[in-house]
Amino acid sequence: MSTTSQLGAPASASENTLAGTPPVRLIELNGLTVRFGDRDILRGLTASLGGRAIGLLGPNGAGKSTLINTLLGFYKPVAGSAKVFGHDIHTDIRFIRSLVGYMPENDAFISKMNAVSFIQMMGELSGLPSKVALERAHEALFYVGLAEARYRKLGTYSLGMKQLAKLAQAIVHGPKLLILDEPTNGLDPSARQRMIRMIREIRDAKEMRVVLCSHLLRDVEDTCDEVLILKNGQIAHYSNLDEERRANKRFLELEIYGANGDFTAAVERLGCECAVSPNRMKMVLAEGIDSRDIFRIAADQQVRIRRMNFRRDSLEDIFLKAMES
Amino acid sequence: MAVYRRSYKPYSGTLTAERSRFLVLFRYSRRNLFRSKFLTVFFVLCFFWPIACLAWIYVAHSASFLAKLGLRSEFVSIDNKFFLIFMSVQGVLAFLLTAFAGPGLISPDLANGALPLYFCRPFSRAEYVLGKSSVLGILLSQITWVPGVILFLIQASFAGATWTWDNLWIAGSLILSSLILIAILSLLAMALSAWVKWRIVAGALLLAVMFFGAGFAQAINAVLRTDSGHFFDLVYLMATVWTNLFLVDNDRAISAGQAWIAILVYCLFCLWLLLRKVRAYEVVR
Repeated sequence: MSTTSQLGAPASASENTLAGTPPVRLIELNGLTVRFGDRDILRGLTASLGGRAIGLLGPNGAGKSTLINTLLGFYKPVAGSAKVFGHDIHTDIRFIRSLVGYMPENDAFISKMNAVSFIQMMGELSGLPSKVALERAHEALFYVGLAEARYRKLGTYSLGMKQLAKLAQAIVHGPKLLILDEPTNGLDPSARQRMIRMIREIRDAKEMRVVLCSHLLRDVEDTCDEVLILKNGQIAHYSNLDEERRANKRFLELEIYGANGDFTAAVERLGCECAVSPNRMKMVLAEGIDSRDIFRIAADQQVRIRRMNFRRDSLEDIFLKAMES
Repeated sequence: MAVYRRSYKPYSGTLTAERSRFLVLFRYSRRNLFRSKFLTVFFVLCFFWPIACLAWIYVAHSASFLAKLGLRSEFVSIDNKFFLIFMSVQGVLAFLLTAFAGPGLISPDLANGALPLYFCRPFSRAEYVLGKSSVLGILLSQITWVPGVILFLIQASFAGATWTWDNLWIAGSLILSSLILIAILSLLAMALSAWVKWRIVAGALLLAVMFFGAGFAQAINAVLRTDSGHFFDLVYLMATVWTNLFLVDNDRAISAGQAWIAILVYCLFCLWLLLRKVRAYEVVR
């Protein structure tokens, strides 16, 4: 059985609207189905994503990498379509590829080439003139932190260095969209931190959009503002982390003493929803109400607030809920 | 911008023409090949026979030198047989050069999983194959039809217009026979290296296809009392086509047309194998 879901919220106009043209979504999926043999790997995915950094989450085998590879034209969908920057993968795949920088999950390099030559060649294959490609290869290697090792053969690199070299080849030609497939795979904690910091820098520089595919929740939570959770080739959940972060600021947990029914009633009169247990109170703040209003009512009612927490669902909560659903 | 300044900047300059990007692969692959001293030396050795043939042509037209040796000019005539012998020697050298250089073109990319990096760019599988095969194509051209045509032109300049017009077809045969050889060798070497993904094994396999193919063909012919075994012998097929192209009398078990078709089938099979293996990711069904 295949299920479809319409997901995604429009991105801000400033990001997606070209002068006089309708907003262009980063990725649009419309009933996208990919099949290997008799097995459906992606089942009728429908979504519209426009964030600056989009995370693809899911357990192993959920279809994250297959989705990326389909967007790059490596796999042909048996049904449905997908668009990247408004260009259809069936008809404009060459143009889409010219906009994309891709960092694959597995080892991908030529072991007998040094990093500069390798990345220069990749730049030239993307259309950079030879001299420009050489200059940008040096720049990209400096940028990712491989400057000292750039004349070493790639086969002698450690796993972390190979990941960085893959990132360098993905950005050498100045793509508009950077697709990262498990970029922190096999990295030690400090190398992982460095990689995450670099992805955040790239995202915040606003020169390119990022699609990050990972099964590590922390990586996605640290870098992305939209998350698409896949499970068994279907969309299990879509979450706009930015909006959730804002929305969850309205969810309060209070530890209170000296309260009676009047305090609860006064809070509910403001339009807030409350759940009360002895010395504990959970509430969802109504629109236009903030914590100062609660403090004021508590002062009026002579209720002592010992603790006030803004509780928000972590990505782990969201992910686990999506997996259970 | 100074390269040490750690910041990212987008690229907004002009791009190279898409149709010429396969030459990037040609350039890098060729540079990589000639890092091997052995290959460089072997490549230079491949020009010794054309130089010897050049000397032979000079001798054939030097009446005083022939007189000194006491030879008649008919003894060293330059004709279609001369050019067939030239091509036969160069063909063997071309095969050996392919066995050394061919398997290293694709197998490292497949072994190291580099193909997704090529194909995530505006660069197709056909361009990839074209770029890689152009390395062998140009390398083998340099030792087959290019020196062959140069020898023909030198002979033409010595022999005069009449000989040139009468034997112009030899130049065409030189080019055509070389192109068939280059096509089958390039495709075979690349298909085998894409199939086994291991340079050394691919080289060995190429030698096996050529030499064991001949043995296999003989065995089939002997056991089944037929001539069909020759279809498994690429060397025999090439020789049949070449003798036909150079109009040299021969008594072949299969016709030139059959040999042409068989070679074409081999080429198509290699191309199919190549396009099946050269993918960003192989789908295991």
